[in-house]
Amino acid sequence: MSGADHILSVDQLSMRFGGIVAVNALSFEAQRRNITALIGPNGAGKTTVFNCITGFYKPTGGTMRLASESGPIALERLNDFRISKQAKVARTFQNIRLFPGMTVLENLMVAQHNTLMRASGLTFLGLLGVPSWRAAEKRAIEHATFWLNRIGLYDRADDAAGNLAYGDQRRLEIARAMCTEPALLCLDEPAAGLNARESAALSELLLSIRAEQGTSILLIEHDMSVVMEISDHVVVMDYGVKIAEGTPNEVRDDPRVIAAYLGADEEEAIAVMESDN
Amino acid sequence: MDYFAQQLINGLVLGSIYGLIAIGYTMVYGIVGMINFAHGDIFMIGGFIALISFLMLVSFGLTAVPVILLIVLLVSMAITALYGWTVERIAYRPLRHSFRLAPMLSAIGMSFVLSNFSQVAQGARVKPVPPVITGGYTLHHSADGFVVRLSNIQIVVVLTTIALLAIFTWLVSRTRLGRDMRACEQDQTMAALLGVDVDRTISMTFVIGAALAAVAGMMYLLYYGLVDFFMGFVAGIKAFTAAVLGGIGSLPGAMLGGLAIGLIETFWSAYFSVEYKDVAAFSILIVVLIFMPTGLLGRPEVEKV
Amino acid sequence: MGHVTASPTDHKQPRGRIAFILKKALISAFVALVLFSLMIGIRTEAGPTGQLIYWTRFGELASIVAIVFAGSIVIELARQWLGPAGASLLVPAPVQNGLATAGRYIAPALLIFTVLVPVIFYHQRYILDLGILVLTYVMLGWGLNVVVGLAGLLDLGYVAFYAVGAYSYALFATTFGLSFWICLPIAGILASLWGVMLGFPVLRLRGDYLAIVTLAFGEIIRLVITNWQSLTGGPNGISSIPRPTLFGLPLLPGPNGLAAKLGIAFDPTHRLVFLFYIILAMALLTNWVTIRLRRLPIGRAWEALREDEVACRALGINTTTTKLTAFATGALFGGFAGAFFATRQGFISPESFTFQESALVLAIVVLGGMGSQLGVALAALTMIGGFELFRGLEQYRMLVFGVAMVLLMIWRPRGLIGHRAPTVYLKQAQTISSDLVKEGHG
Repeated sequence: MSGADHILSVDQLSMRFGGIVAVNALSFEAQRRNITALIGPNGAGKTTVFNCITGFYKPTGGTMRLASESGPIALERLNDFRISKQAKVARTFQNIRLFPGMTVLENLMVAQHNTLMRASGLTFLGLLGVPSWRAAEKRAIEHATFWLNRIGLYDRADDAAGNLAYGDQRRLEIARAMCTEPALLCLDEPAAGLNARESAALSELLLSIRAEQGTSILLIEHDMSVVMEISDHVVVMDYGVKIAEGTPNEVRDDPRVIAAYLGADEEEAIAVMESDN
Repeated sequence: MDYFAQQLINGLVLGSIYGLIAIGYTMVYGIVGMINFAHGDIFMIGGFIALISFLMLVSFGLTAVPVILLIVLLVSMAITALYGWTVERIAYRPLRHSFRLAPMLSAIGMSFVLSNFSQVAQGARVKPVPPVITGGYTLHHSADGFVVRLSNIQIVVVLTTIALLAIFTWLVSRTRLGRDMRACEQDQTMAALLGVDVDRTISMTFVIGAALAAVAGMMYLLYYGLVDFFMGFVAGIKAFTAAVLGGIGSLPGAMLGGLAIGLIETFWSAYFSVEYKDVAAFSILIVVLIFMPTGLLGRPEVEKV
Repeated sequence: MGHVTASPTDHKQPRGRIAFILKKALISAFVALVLFSLMIGIRTEAGPTGQLIYWTRFGELASIVAIVFAGSIVIELARQWLGPAGASLLVPAPVQNGLATAGRYIAPALLIFTVLVPVIFYHQRYILDLGILVLTYVMLGWGLNVVVGLAGLLDLGYVAFYAVGAYSYALFATTFGLSFWICLPIAGILASLWGVMLGFPVLRLRGDYLAIVTLAFGEIIRLVITNWQSLTGGPNGISSIPRPTLFGLPLLPGPNGLAAKLGIAFDPTHRLVFLFYIILAMALLTNWVTIRLRRLPIGRAWEALREDEVACRALGINTTTTKLTAFATGALFGGFAGAFFATRQGFISPESFTFQESALVLAIVVLGGMGSQLGVALAALTMIGGFELFRGLEQYRMLVFGVAMVLLMIWRPRGLIGHRAPTVYLKQAQTISSDLVKEGHG
């Protein structure tokens, strides 16, 4: 796609664990301000790709280039926390990782750690209670409150995060990631365990994030209703390789994708397609 | 060269003792994922039981040394195994589903209980024992008069260790108990669902570890001629270092690690300084855990995100 | 009693219950008999000519076995009476709530009482001494609390920082003649540096491994102190450590002393009171700094680290510096406490810096309910006060301590204070139950 503005360019990404090749020469691009979905059957290597992008694994090959405001960043060369801090890539996890013993508000405050650390003068100004620190803290609380309202948890701000209902925890995790003001938001199965109503609310939230914050979103998802509804671009993986990519409709009708999910061979899948039409 | 050879022999003997203790650490860590802080003190208790039973047998008039040693071995293994069983039952089993910190602090508490129990029950002074097995073989006379000796007690220690290792390896690989232990190591819940008595298997792990530590205690008593209530602490850490060095969870690794630590300690004392030999052992622990946490024979773990 | 099983005795007839209890008691007694037969029944000792002698103590063995038998019956009866809910029934809910509300008043009341202790007990040196000891451990507890309670880093070698602080002050004071007040920050900084040096290698270690490496570091410090005789005096330690002065005026009798300058009669108790207020001020400073740090991003990062380290990294938090600052801060306070210890005793030796000390401070932190300032203070008071009761029975002290640790873990592993207070709130600060708070994996 010439002239397109790619926020993330993954090129020949490979990840080996001992003898197992989890991801094999994967290449795709995510456009800025788009919602890109990464789908595929279980074990396809999607979370591995995420972990490479977000710095939890060091890929054994390939490059991942993030087009940030200050120029391109090679993600494969950054380690863990720097991916969030410098490259502004945020993520959520397949098994929710909140801070259960801290309140909802505290969770959102932790997300603004780097901003607040700078404002507190590496803690020393904060210890002294300097007015600029107090103002920064107030701003952080306001920012957190803004997101609390966005996800509808304003009334639960002082409750322990571990006490929230599952759906609320998922939304909180997303809000927490957004509090880091990321350029790219990576969501690992955000709709897992949500019922239809909650999935619809999630779709709405993600669409509004894209519209209002302009954040680019990359998500792994199994819930096809969410994928179909909100994705601009879909990349399909199976056994560690990309088998298809395109718009949601294109991918839905691709026989290779159907075969991968159904486990049937191509002729059967095509037969099913033709009988449908 | 002869000096080196002598240190080699001494180191291997010391290493055998450490290896026996290390097996207990590695088995317990493999099956319940905790460092049994009290294991070193079980070794100490084993030494004391051996001491007292030995004393009793001698005062009853028994003179045949092999008979005495055999009875002492069996008695101290049995009683110390019961100590190990009791410690697990009282201090660890209730905490199996508790927070991660709890079993460790409980183990530390148990360690204090055992060492201070020993101090209270038997007094704080070191207990000496006259050499029971004497004599040995002169291996080599060097030119400058240094004699390389292999003493009988050293032979006994090594042979006992080998015999026990053989029995124990057979136990783990061939018997039902060994299979159950390996199953529990991999997946406790699944093992339970398949009918394995997890409680009993874990108990037996502690029991076997304690029995081996008792043997180590008895060997220590025979080799060094003394026991004291505090010997469990430092020996425990060194044996744990051995277990980690060999690869935690690996039985041959534990023995290998034990031999390595025994050799390092002996050579360090011989060629550098005796006062800092414990520092050497502790430093090895730190170095291994930082740079090679899976040890020599262990399996690498990948962090799940 | 985390392992709940359906007790078969629930449905038994009373006679069956009695038989069950008796059987359990007999087994316990038999086990006790075997365990203690040799260790208690026979008492060995190194005889006058170096050989081993012994005598029997079968009477004591019999009494111990009888106690185990009776105790087993009592425990079984209690367990059946309380049911699966266990010990939580011992403290009914209304009492627990009452204690929680009273908690708000305990802290200020305790503080006022502590400030007035030297006034109330002015002529009882013993109480003042004990108070100084308790406050020293409170400060140590609050220092370790930063590492273990807030950041969730399992440190079993905290005594190392205590030792570095003590020996730094001792050496600087005796070699260069510097005053306590100048040496205090030096001691703290040196201890803090050692904390960072300890922190670096253990960054990737978790849980039990982190714990045992910190233990190893602590032991190394003790061994180095014991063996580096030229620097530290080895097992003989350092003596004649100078006492603190007030604005340069020593608290001694004579014309140069503080008493003379103030025009009052000299009284040795003055120095004790002076020391008391010094340690109280240091402890309160530790407390104040900790409370403020909790509300700052660094403190919140420590607690987030304890809750979920992976999530921290995903939020852009540098977990390396977070861990190092936790170690450094905890070490700083440990070093301060060590310097105070040296100046209070006037003499230090490696014997004061054993693993038992680390375990004691850790027990105080855990008993207090990790992260709770008030809890740690109360726990220190309980433990040190309890230790004092064993004056004269020192042999049994550590034995009881070990038993107490085991019982504490079985009964209340989360400590006395069962909740965590949040550091920021929109409408109302609601305390969070300890069940939700993670204990950290290092």
